[in-house]
This record gives sequence, C-alpha cells and structure tokens, in this order.
Amino acid sequence: MRRFSWFNATSLTLGFAFLYIPMIILILYSFNASKLVTVWAGFSTRWYGELLQNEAFLNAAWVTLKVAVASSTIATVLGTMAAYVMVRAGRFSGRTLFSGMIYAPLVMPEVITGLSLLLLFIGIGLDRGIVTIILAHTTFSMCYVSVVVSSRLVSFDRSLEEAALDLGCSPFEAFRLVTLPIIAPAVISGWLLAFTLSLDDLVIASFTSGPSATTLPIKIFSAVRLGVSPEINALSTIMIAIVTVAVITASFVSKRASVRQQAEEKAAVRATG
Amino acid sequence: MTEPVFAPWDDPNEKPLIEFKNVTKRFGDFTAIDDLTLDIYEREFFALLGPSGCGKTTMMRMLAGFETITEGTILLSGKNIARVPPNRRAVNMMFQSYALFPHLTVWDNIAFGLKREKLPKDQIEARVQEMLKLTRLEKFSKRKPHQISGGQRQRVALARSLAKAPKLLLLDEPLGALDKKLRQDTQFELMDIQEKTGTTFVIVTHDQEEAMTVASRVAVMDEGRLIQVATPAGIYEMPNTVYVADFIGDVNIIEGHGTKTGDGYDVTFAEGQPALHAKTDAQLGEAARCYLAIRPEKVTISAERPDGAVNVVQGTIHDIAYLGNLSTYHVELPTGQILKAQAANTRRLSRRSFTWEDKVWLSWTDTAAVVLER
Ligand SMILES: Nc1ncnc2c1ncn2[C@@H]1O[C@H](COP(=O)(O)OP(=O)(O)OP(=O)(O)O)[C@@H](O)[C@H]1O
Ligand SMILES: [Mg+2]
Repeated sequence: MRRFSWFNATSLTLGFAFLYIPMIILILYSFNASKLVTVWAGFSTRWYGELLQNEAFLNAAWVTLKVAVASSTIATVLGTMAAYVMVRAGRFSGRTLFSGMIYAPLVMPEVITGLSLLLLFIGIGLDRGIVTIILAHTTFSMCYVSVVVSSRLVSFDRSLEEAALDLGCSPFEAFRLVTLPIIAPAVISGWLLAFTLSLDDLVIASFTSGPSATTLPIKIFSAVRLGVSPEINALSTIMIAIVTVAVITASFVSKRASVRQQAEEKAAVRATG
Repeated sequence: MTEPVFAPWDDPNEKPLIEFKNVTKRFGDFTAIDDLTLDIYEREFFALLGPSGCGKTTMMRMLAGFETITEGTILLSGKNIARVPPNRRAVNMMFQSYALFPHLTVWDNIAFGLKREKLPKDQIEARVQEMLKLTRLEKFSKRKPHQISGGQRQRVALARSLAKAPKLLLLDEPLGALDKKLRQDTQFELMDIQEKTGTTFVIVTHDQEEAMTVASRVAVMDEGRLIQVATPAGIYEMPNTVYVADFIGDVNIIEGHGTKTGDGYDVTFAEGQPALHAKTDAQLGEAARCYLAIRPEKVTISAERPDGAVNVVQGTIHDIAYLGNLSTYHVELPTGQILKAQAANTRRLSRRSFTWEDKVWLSWTDTAAVVLER
C-alpha cells in the first residue's frame, strides 16, 4: 500500500478538475430550467424533450451516425489492406516512399486535407453531400487504422500463415482463416478509432458537406455562433454519454479478452498440474 | 522367407521422389545451401543431421515452397516444383516452431487441413480422433495451444501435419521436446505410419540415436553442403570424413602417416609406438597424411597383453565414465594421447576389474579402424 501524500492528492485533484469541470458544468446546465444559460432556475429535463422535437438536430445526428459507420468500415478495410501490404510485401523499390505517403495524412493539418478534398470534389463535379463526407472521412481515418493494424502485424508470426498455406489454404483463405481472426482485436480498435474520429470531426466535414447533409458537429458549431442554447447543452450531454459508453465498452472488451486468456491458462495449469 | 532389402538408392531403375539438382540458396550474400545434389526415394525415411545453422530447415522450406531456389532445380515426382505454390504441393511440413493456430482448439488445429479438402464431417471427425489417439491428446482436444505444455504442443503439430496423410512429410525436429519414453514410442509410431501409408518422411533431428533408429538413410550436413549420405550403419561404420565420424557417436581419431602394405595401411602416429594396421580398399593421396577412426566399443581393454592382436598399445586409465550398462575408459598413452575404450558392465560396480591409474592394454582388429584422408 502506498502512503497517502498531500502532493499526490493535490495534483490528482487539480488534473481531474482541469479535465472535467467544463464538462460537468455543461452537463449541469443541460438540466437547467431557465432559457438563460448562465442563470440556474431549478432542475428540468425540458431541453431534452425539445431536442427530440428538433428535426434539424435529429437529421444531423442521423447523418453523422451514417457517415461514421460507413467511413470507419471502409477505412478499416482499406487500412488493413494497406497495413498488410506494407508489412508483408518485403522490400520493393519505393517502399519507404510509399509507407511514408500512407502515414502523411496523420500529420497533415486538417484544413489542408479538407481544402484539397473540396477542390477534388469540385474538380470531378461530385455534388457535396453525405457521399463526399464519407469519402473524406475514409481518407483521413484510413491511415490511423493502418497504423494500428500494422503495429499488430509486425509482431505476427509469419509461420502461422505458412502453416495455413501448407495445409492447403489459398493465400486469401490463409488471411481469412488465420491472420484475420488473430489480428481481429487490432482491426476492431482501428474501427473504433476511425468511428470516433469521424464522429467528432468538424473541420474536414465542413469543407466537404453540402446543403443536403450536415453533421452534428457542424450543426452545433453553427448553432453556438448564434448563442449557446440549453438545447445544445442537452445534445452535448447525450454525446458525452455515448462516447463514455463506447470507450468503456471498448476497454472492457479488450480487458475481458486478456483476462479470459489468463483465466484459461490458470485453469489449464490446474488441470494438468 | 527373407524380406527384400529396402534400398531403392542402389537400384538404377528406381525413380527418385525428390531430386535436388545443384541447388543453391542464398540469403543476400550468405550461402545457406551450397550446390546440393541429392535424391530421396519413395517410402524412405530420410534423416537430416547437422549442427545448428547448417541449412536443414532451409532445405525443408524449399521443399515445402516457402523459400525460392536461387540456383538449380528441385524435382518432385519428376516435376519441377519451382512454380508450384505451397498449397498445391502434396507436401506437409511440421514446423520447428510448431506454428499452431492460437485461436483454434487442438481439435480444430488438427482438422484444419482436412477441412480445406472439403471432406464430409464424419470423415474429418474420425480422422481427427485417430490422430488424437495416436498422439495421446484425447484429453486436450478442447484446449487452446496456450493451455497445453510444450511437449503436448509438439504432438499437436505432429498430428496436424500427419492428418492429411501427404505423399511427403517434412518433420523439422518433431520429437525434440518429448521425454525419452514418449519419444521412443512416437518414433515407432512414425515408422508404423510409414509402413502403413507409404509416406516418404524427411526428418530433421539433433538426436543421432533417433536418426539411427528411424532412418533408412542419413545425410550429414555442414555449412550448407552434404558431407555424407548413407544408411545409418554405413554412416556409423564407414564415415567418409573425420567430421562425420566425430559427428555421429563417440570416436577415437588418431592422426598419423600411412604407408601402403598389402591389404591396407600401416599408420605410424608417434615415436616409439608400433605402427597401427588397418585394412582398407581406399587409396590415400600423395601426402599420405591420414586419420584412423576407431569406435570405442571396438577397442578391447585388458590387464594382460592380448596374444595375437594386430594393434596393441599400452596406457594408464585416466578416467572412467560410468554409463550404467557400459563404462567408457579414457586411457592415456605414453605419448599423452587419450584413447577411449568401451566395455559392458557385466559385473557389479564393486567387482570391476579396472580402476584409476591401472596399467592396461588396448587392442583392436585390423578391420576396426577406418582410414580417412580428412
Ligand atoms: N530468411 C533468412 N535470411 C537470412 N539468413 C537466413 C534466413 N533463414 C535462414 N538463414 C540462415 O541460413 C542458415 C541455415 O538456416 P537453417 O534455419 O536452415 O538452419 P538449421 O540447420 O535448420 O539450424 P537449426 O538446427 O538451428 O534449426 C543459418 O545460418 C541462418 O542464419
Ligand atoms: Mg532448423
């Protein structure tokens, strides 16, 4: 047991206060009965009710969700493929350049990515809407997936694939039956990462969205410019809740996988020993 | 009725199953396999023996299709296999690292190859059950690879490679992690499987006793080259170099100067010592520098000078290694050289006839020693 120390307690409190006080205030005010954001007038869930009546917000939320699911799924497929090729292809001329280019969007300022995509879409005459947002989100979240998956693939024992080939699998079957199930946790975390990135992206979405489709972050941002309303607070609170649940679920899933493995190992030791 | 001797390598009409033709494998500028030519016949149990890093695994990986051949060709049943992908070769390999699928149970690991063949369910079931029984893994069929011991994992790997009953089975140190009893049982099982199925086995082993037990022929390798390929008895009795003699079993090597006499050579090895005589058909080159290789069990140890022995030397016992059924006596000659002689322990320890510092005579016949040039 570590001894209690005032220094540790203070720094912990300060750190958490810094992180969470803004959010707590936001959550509190979402239950404020008053229309004035800064004046407390008693507890109420009124704004949540009104939020549910607000077509524009609900539409935006629906678009956001569709964009996040579609773009993170495509990004996961493409990112996993890219990672696989980068790790497996061995040396070929231009490999360093190629892998550098896959990861470049990670460090590229979002405004530039957004702007270049906008120019592309205008150039090829693609009307801005949900499709363009999905394409744009896929573009930038794919490299995150690729980073996550390739770090797992680097430590993947190649002889497992060789064994699969040896036992009669085609290369694709070997990937599907052996490689993919083993790297699945990394692929899933890649997907979750892409999903959350897409959910809270404002900059790229505002470049690539059109009048027909707006995402929630854009909606909130433009609403806030007209003044913070308690409805926005309610909406933000819901988003915080969703993200919290998602993060907890994700860490729980990965924890459980490792805990179960340990438990199985213990059981096996008991059974044999 | 006598069984016909299994020796397809002596039959010029026999077609080899595997032909290595001047095969070279380089990794960058490192040569792992150096201009290797070798025929392996159907139904053989072919053992590869050699020190770590001599290229045994590389040879197997070329056969299985995981390494490209830098130069030369490998023929399997007369067909060049360079362009055949691993999944289309009738070859299964047991990996040195086992390469078990961690996400599948023992049962599913063994069934993996069978499922790829789209066999009916009950047939797969039966075959897996048979393999589990063979490798004594029935109790563990539901476990994952990380939940079983190292030896059990090795048996799963073995069962998985055996399950498809391939034409050619490559076993990379299949029994290394097993205890002696289980290893011997498995060796006999392997030989039995081979009798029944006619599978050709190529097996890598570090255990020369194992190679001697199971193999129809043994290849001794060093630094990517074949030094000798022969039957176990041939390798043991007639090694072609000091390297092979030394690698397989215990041996006394005496360096000397050979002079041709009648049916063999007289080898003088030290001042004041009698020349040693060995029968041989071999012809030494000009230099006549040669080595005698004598197995310790062919050296007789006695307290009195034996009558009529061809080769006799005297020395004192320097050390005794007690091996249970046998004892190895390390006898120091007046020249300082140590010769080993082996004798069966037919009497109890307390009544053994020789002890440290005893003066003894060592003798051997003129056919006991092999004359080697290098
Ligand atoms: N992919 C590779 N790249 C470079 N060198 C390699 C590669 N694979 C093997 N080698 C080298 O080739 C040589 C032969 O390797 P190999 O694995 O065939 O040895 P081995 O005889 O199986 O040894 P062991 O008994 O230790 O398993 C070794 O010196 C090894 O370092
Ligand atoms: Mg090896």
